[in-house]
Amino acid sequence: MYGFEAMTFNIHGGYLEAIVRGHRSGLLTAADYNNLCQCETLDDIKMHLTATEYGPYLQNEPSPLHTTTIVEKCTLKLVDEYKHMLCQATEPMSTFLEYITYGHMIDNVVLIVTGTLHERDVQELLEKCHPLGMFDSIATLAVAQNMRELYRLVLVDTPLAPYFSECITSEDLDDMNIEIMRNTLYKAYLEDFYQFCQKLGGATAEIMSDLLAFEADRRAVNITINSIGTELTRDDRRKLYSSFGLLYPYGHEELAVCEDIDQVRGVMEKYPPYQPIFSKLSYGESQMLDKAFYEEEVKRLCLSFEQQFHYGVFFAYMRLKEQEIRNLMWISECVAQNQKSRVHDSVVFIF
Amino acid sequence: MADGDGPVMDLFRSQPMQLARIIIPMESAHRAISYLGELGLFQFKDLNKAKSPFQRTYATQIKRCGEMQRKIRFFRDQMYKAGVSASKISYGSVITLDELEIKLGELESELIEMNANSEKLEHAYNELLEYRLVLKKMGEVFNSAQKNATAQHKEQEHRRVEGSIDSPLLLEQEMTTDSSKQVKLGYVSGLVPRDKSTAFERILFRATRGNVFLKQDSIEEPVIDHVSGQKVEKNVFIVFHSGERAKSKVLKICDAFGANRYPFTDDIGKQHQMIIEVAGKLSELKTTIDVGQHHWSSVVQAISDQYEQWKNMVKKEKSIYHTLNMLSYDVTKKCLVAEGWCPVSATNQIQKTLLQATTDSNSQIGAIFEILHSKEAPPTYFCTNKFTSAFQEIVNAYGVAKYQEANPGVYTVVTFPFLFAVMFGDWGHGICLFLATLILILREKTYSSQKLGDIMEMAFSGRYVIIMMSIFSIYTGFIYNEFFSVPFELFGPSAYACRDSSCSDATTIGLIKVRNTYPFGLDPVWHGSRSELPFLNSMKMKMSILLGMAQMNLGIILSYFNGKFFRNDIDIWYQFIPQMIFLNSLFGYLSLLIVVKWCTGSQADLYHIMIYMFLSPMDDLDDNQMFMGQKYLQLLLLFLALIAVPWMLFPKPFLLKKQHEERHQGEAYVPLGAVDENLEPELADGSHGGHEEFQFSEVVVHQLIHTIEFVLGSVSNTASYLRLWALSLAHSELSKVFYDKVLVLALGYESVVILVIGAIVFVFATVGVLLVMETLSAFLHALRLHWVEFQNKFYEGDGYKFDPFSFALIGDEEE
Repeated sequence: MYGFEAMTFNIHGGYLEAIVRGHRSGLLTAADYNNLCQCETLDDIKMHLTATEYGPYLQNEPSPLHTTTIVEKCTLKLVDEYKHMLCQATEPMSTFLEYITYGHMIDNVVLIVTGTLHERDVQELLEKCHPLGMFDSIATLAVAQNMRELYRLVLVDTPLAPYFSECITSEDLDDMNIEIMRNTLYKAYLEDFYQFCQKLGGATAEIMSDLLAFEADRRAVNITINSIGTELTRDDRRKLYSSFGLLYPYGHEELAVCEDIDQVRGVMEKYPPYQPIFSKLSYGESQMLDKAFYEEEVKRLCLSFEQQFHYGVFFAYMRLKEQEIRNLMWISECVAQNQKSRVHDSVVFIF
Repeated sequence: MADGDGPVMDLFRSQPMQLARIIIPMESAHRAISYLGELGLFQFKDLNKAKSPFQRTYATQIKRCGEMQRKIRFFRDQMYKAGVSASKISYGSVITLDELEIKLGELESELIEMNANSEKLEHAYNELLEYRLVLKKMGEVFNSAQKNATAQHKEQEHRRVEGSIDSPLLLEQEMTTDSSKQVKLGYVSGLVPRDKSTAFERILFRATRGNVFLKQDSIEEPVIDHVSGQKVEKNVFIVFHSGERAKSKVLKICDAFGANRYPFTDDIGKQHQMIIEVAGKLSELKTTIDVGQHHWSSVVQAISDQYEQWKNMVKKEKSIYHTLNMLSYDVTKKCLVAEGWCPVSATNQIQKTLLQATTDSNSQIGAIFEILHSKEAPPTYFCTNKFTSAFQEIVNAYGVAKYQEANPGVYTVVTFPFLFAVMFGDWGHGICLFLATLILILREKTYSSQKLGDIMEMAFSGRYVIIMMSIFSIYTGFIYNEFFSVPFELFGPSAYACRDSSCSDATTIGLIKVRNTYPFGLDPVWHGSRSELPFLNSMKMKMSILLGMAQMNLGIILSYFNGKFFRNDIDIWYQFIPQMIFLNSLFGYLSLLIVVKWCTGSQADLYHIMIYMFLSPMDDLDDNQMFMGQKYLQLLLLFLALIAVPWMLFPKPFLLKKQHEERHQGEAYVPLGAVDENLEPELADGSHGGHEEFQFSEVVVHQLIHTIEFVLGSVSNTASYLRLWALSLAHSELSKVFYDKVLVLALGYESVVILVIGAIVFVFATVGVLLVMETLSAFLHALRLHWVEFQNKFYEGDGYKFDPFSFALIGDEEE
């Protein structure tokens, strides 16, 4: 029912949309970032952050502060906000909100599995997991020896179970196939999320398909660049691309055969939306690509707030907040390590 | 303007303010700011707006104070945990900030260490508790299993003789096999949170492909988990497994589920021994924990004595440093420069304070206080007392008065309760309201020191408004002659009496006037008569219009005082005068007619007169003529009203344009000179002022809107005052319904039960509907009449409040 959301959206979604828009105005602005970048110590950062929405979360921290504490507390705020929204949400919005966390779940699974492979302590790994991607039996992942066990033991109970259908093998886990597993899972997840949004229809479908297509394309580019020079075959590589997005299907064919970064660039420059991203980079350079993609993503996420009566704002808010936490982490790291000259390298201003 | 020390109680115009600069030597700066904070009459301007908070001079001190506040919050949490409340009277000695910082640090580390120790002990204690539970529960399980097993064993033997083949369960099979061939089963026992227990069981089953036996038993009361320290509902479990691989898997899964494992033995003798051992350790730990707890609570008790003092001290210090950060810092001169607003009347006090600070800190150089000139609008500051402040708040809620403009707050003190009372006229209800508020006022001291609920807080802060409202409603209640809707013959007997025995109470026909007119208020005989409502409506409606006209005229007159005060002749001649003429020639005339009708008892129809004054002014008035020459007076008034409209509309924009052009020419031809002394320093200051563009069309449109608003407003505002009549009618009818249909009806049954029920319903209806709801609605309507009908005649309300740096005003913003 595109165009008629205005009539019924607010019955269930009005309160939460108001909440999320309120949260959005709490995001740090360019002025805040400028001030933060001038900080000399982590205490300065804390002092500045206590004047923002983060205040209640940071004000009771004793003074010798660490970057991890700051990031932890900021993430805690995000998680609290998310949980509050999830509690208030009704179907189908609660499902939508849950979809947002699946990406973190995949990352956590991969983190734990890789960690156990390298014989790290499980508790230590659990602390590193993103709190949004936690599920009950996550620690049990350490028991599993191969993909099949992983699935049978733990993941069959999680929402990730359907995504596993494509990557169940009895091979023992190693770095390579964990990475392939991550990407296969992500592909399945993105496709599922895309389908779900299409099913919701209306403005949600329109906006989310745009945002997810961008995400899928970015992953495709990253997979291509990261797999250059590895033993991944072209067919395997193509299998990891999600089957939607601007690059699907012809772009994927071309990306699959790329052998170096300049070829990737050649493929991407054929697509007008991605032209400006690549035109910023000099030839042969891929370091700044991440930041360029992040900037583009932030721009698109902010734009989704321009329209009302859709769920895209929740997705956008969560992503923006994660970007903000990444920024804070980078700034705090730079300040803590006295690398203030590099502070602007990775900070993406949101407003 | 007052030169004395204390500010003059002048509510009509806000206090004259001045922009001042204070130059304070570094060494006495802290003390000077602190003294100014005690005085609370100086509003500092932020001179370092460009600097972010941590780049300012005193950022480190603020950080220190923040750290100390954090410690104090930590103490508060500890006090809350110990159930100790901070004592109001602090009898600690005076200490400096540095000493306090050290003391706080020491206390904090002491408390943290104690907490860590007791946590460790608690941890061990809880662990042992869990262990004891496991031993107990599992002992029971084992015992019953063994009994079963032996019983079954015997049965099996018995059956074996009979030759029947059973298919026993895994465990039983293991148990029944001959002890020589028995594969040693390993087992793990412990506690798992109950909400995770099913998932735990499932994963165990999957991981070992069903080759385990799990026995769970729930523990009734929640157990304190020794890792998180929270109360959790738990299950005791024991897992039997075979082989080392299975064991490692089970162990890993236990870890993953946060299941605490405890060693367990199947030997009953050893079990008993262990239980005794555990119990011994438990009692030992308990005593240790108790001793630690006692010590801890004594420390917390000691802190609670001085908690308030420390909290206030740190808060004050922090605010002082925040203020110091607003001052600009002169490196070469070794002094701080403050700028800000203060009342002119407080000049002496401030200078005295600064002098005091200089002498107290043994400074060589005194602080310099100088007055600056500025075109910036000064803040508005009214010296209110506890009585007038609530009324001033009513006005401020609409908008803070422009600097020195006429303040409607003065009149609000009387008109607000009065208009309220017109709508709430019942002396019974008035007395109830009065008594309720009287409690608030008599217990003012106790209430003001404690925290009240939201609604109570509001009622308490408005206590003087409410008491005025109740006094006035007692007065209007006497006029309406209503006591819970019942009339009394308080001021002598009614003026009317029945002519003969045939006339009834329900009619006025047949009544004749036997005495002088009832001396005060409404004659009680009207009550309950058939013509009661027509009579009351007519009276209250006319009264509403008279009151409204009086208040609106007051508003317009106040605009004259504003014009005169700000030397704005244009406003007086082209706004005040035509407005006066317009309003009074139409509705002022109506008021006149009302008064004449009341005095003469004429039967004229006032609607008719007013309507035909516009529709056909030339016609004769016939029956409606009330006095000689009425027709010609009406023609004159109509003419004046018609003249007043263009008078209001046209001249002002043109005059403003002319004025503007003249001023500009003056500037062009007289470049330097003593035109305006105030202009010079202001220009030197450079930061304030500036010329606004003069846009003629904008001014014309503005004036057009203003005129239309006034012309239409004079009709609609007059009509708006009829709400006085409507609400007072609603109030008296409602109370009459409650009285007649509840109390009188209940009396009629002559049954005590019904009477009691009726009385209860009556009391609740009176309190809930009439005293609470009706008070609120009458309050809101009175508020509207003041904000809209009265204040739009003159009040700009675009000023900003004087917000001095004062310790008394530092609220608990964090709590």
